[in-house]
Amino acid sequence: MTERIVTFMTAINEAMAQAMRKDDNVILIGTDVAGGAEVDHLVQDDGRYDDAFGGVFGLSKGLVTEFGRERVIDTPIAEHGYFGAAVGAAATGLRPIAELMFNDFIGFALDPILNQGAKMRYMFGGKAKMPLTVRTVHGAGAGAAAQHSQTLYGMFGAIPGVKVVVPSNPYDAKGLMLAAVEEDNLVVFSEDKLLYGMKGHVPEDYYTVEIGKANVIREGKDMTIVAIGKMVQVAEETAQILAKDDISVEVIDLRTVAPWDEETVMDSVKKTGRLIVIDESNPHNNTATDIASVVADKAFDYLDGPIKTVCAPNTPVPFATNLEQAYIPDAAKVLRVADEIIADLKQ
Amino acid sequence: MKKKEALWIYQKMNEIRLFEEEVHRTFGEGIIPGFVHLYAGEEAVATGVSVLLDEEDYITSTHRGHGHAIAKGCDINRMMAEIMGKKDGLGGGKGGSMHVADIEKGMLGANGIVGGGFGLAAGAALTIKTLRQDHVAVCFFGDGASNEGLFHEGLNLASILKLPVIFVCENNQFGEGTPFRYASASETVAERAAAYNMPGVRVDGMKVVDVYSATKEAIRRAKAGEGPTLIECDTYRHYGHFEGDEQKYKSEADQNRDRDPIPEFRKVAVEKGWMTSKQADEIEKEAAETIKKASEFAQNSPLPDVESLYTDIFA
Repeated sequence: MTERIVTFMTAINEAMAQAMRKDDNVILIGTDVAGGAEVDHLVQDDGRYDDAFGGVFGLSKGLVTEFGRERVIDTPIAEHGYFGAAVGAAATGLRPIAELMFNDFIGFALDPILNQGAKMRYMFGGKAKMPLTVRTVHGAGAGAAAQHSQTLYGMFGAIPGVKVVVPSNPYDAKGLMLAAVEEDNLVVFSEDKLLYGMKGHVPEDYYTVEIGKANVIREGKDMTIVAIGKMVQVAEETAQILAKDDISVEVIDLRTVAPWDEETVMDSVKKTGRLIVIDESNPHNNTATDIASVVADKAFDYLDGPIKTVCAPNTPVPFATNLEQAYIPDAAKVLRVADEIIADLKQ
Repeated sequence: MKKKEALWIYQKMNEIRLFEEEVHRTFGEGIIPGFVHLYAGEEAVATGVSVLLDEEDYITSTHRGHGHAIAKGCDINRMMAEIMGKKDGLGGGKGGSMHVADIEKGMLGANGIVGGGFGLAAGAALTIKTLRQDHVAVCFFGDGASNEGLFHEGLNLASILKLPVIFVCENNQFGEGTPFRYASASETVAERAAAYNMPGVRVDGMKVVDVYSATKEAIRRAKAGEGPTLIECDTYRHYGHFEGDEQKYKSEADQNRDRDPIPEFRKVAVEKGWMTSKQADEIEKEAAETIKKASEFAQNSPLPDVESLYTDIFA
């Protein structure tokens, strides 16, 4: 396997291109996924189209040139309409990747996901398939303020019939994207915009990373930290700091928010007896609170301290740089709660 | 219209009407749980459109989807079982009246969400176009749904992508209890088609022949790559919005709208020589037998196994 260092963004672009090469039924649909549809000067001499944007982040750059306008479909800014169409197309034989430019725009497009795509198989006696991948973007830190920075994967994960994947590094991003496109179910693939420039080893070949399986990225015995997406970096930083005090932290990259990997989390908590969950969502009714409640219910006797969650505050995402940084969970915040639950270890 | 088509239409019209009457009766007896919205009165639309469709064509449906499902060829016994919440239902008893569907027959579901079908039909048409199939998708919707946002987004998207889809409005004059004349800023739904650069045709939805002709042209356009058509069918529902609805919102004039598409079609078909009175009588008798059997089948079907609560969430 050839390995190269590429960015998180390139990894996803490459995954989409490989998925489209492998299966003619895979299409990409969304607002400006190519950009500049019907603009004459974007037509090259050989008749193929260039793209103006390749998505607002440039993530789907080049796909329209290779696959054409019939498979890379720019839509009007009409999320309800094209998400409805993506669900209808998935039910009838295509395998769409539909892009919701920012997850904040779900207000316009929730019905096709919540009421149609997620429930069709259940309501129709198991006959429908829903091979739809919803690509979307979450997360604060880019100065995009309250309507372009929310973290809403937990909201999608609360819907039965929806799987939710949140990659934390380029390798996983490619493998999880290819796995998502192969799924016959509705998968929300939620990307933290701050990870787009992250570099890492990504094989050139086609490979998948299993959806539903968490990744133990650091083994430890004193405490478990479960983290999601960008927060995995915060967990690692915290673990390194605590290691200097001889506190051994097991770090779990959740990878899949729904369904989350109960077995891996539970096994770890039974070993370490302490749990912190880091989730950039607002603090109530999110993935962290869900994990905390399940662990409290099923592993109470193994716990040596209270379960702690580290989340964003219960506020909209602010704009000012210092406020936004204060909003995002960081290692300092995790260390504060870690101190509360490892006091016995330090005595 | 060919004789064969006329006979099929008359058979399906009768099956739909008697199916709905049986649902009305059994609902009244407490045999059917939940919400039920009956289609009786609108049979000319479902049949006039569907007689021109193949099994590979797709339809999306509405709150009152039983008529569309029967016209698209769904198994009547299993439909009745679904509405009664039984194990042998099309959805194993997990969908019910508002979600009757059979994807193998191209029936993408009655829909509990008003206007939910616009996007789904556009998507089915996108599949047809992308895979270069020679089919169409039909979106049945009510006048009430024409004021939902997705109506506008769906029609616009279908038009700019020239999708092979036909939007069939069943204007039964009421969106739940609110008259169309109150709820719509435009006098007709058909005239809104102009905003999306597609033909908007208004037909008498009590006349099968008119629905049939408009649909035939819309299918031709769709298959020729000319894009979508909007057909508005002026029709009327015989029952209320839902079963148990006292229909206080209907004026005396509304209450007295007594046109019935089934005897109307029988008269036309006999006059044209498409069927004899004797054939019509036989069809009516057979339909009654079909529905009687469906009701027995459904009532004899067991409730779903409780374990099935957990199945078919993911593929």
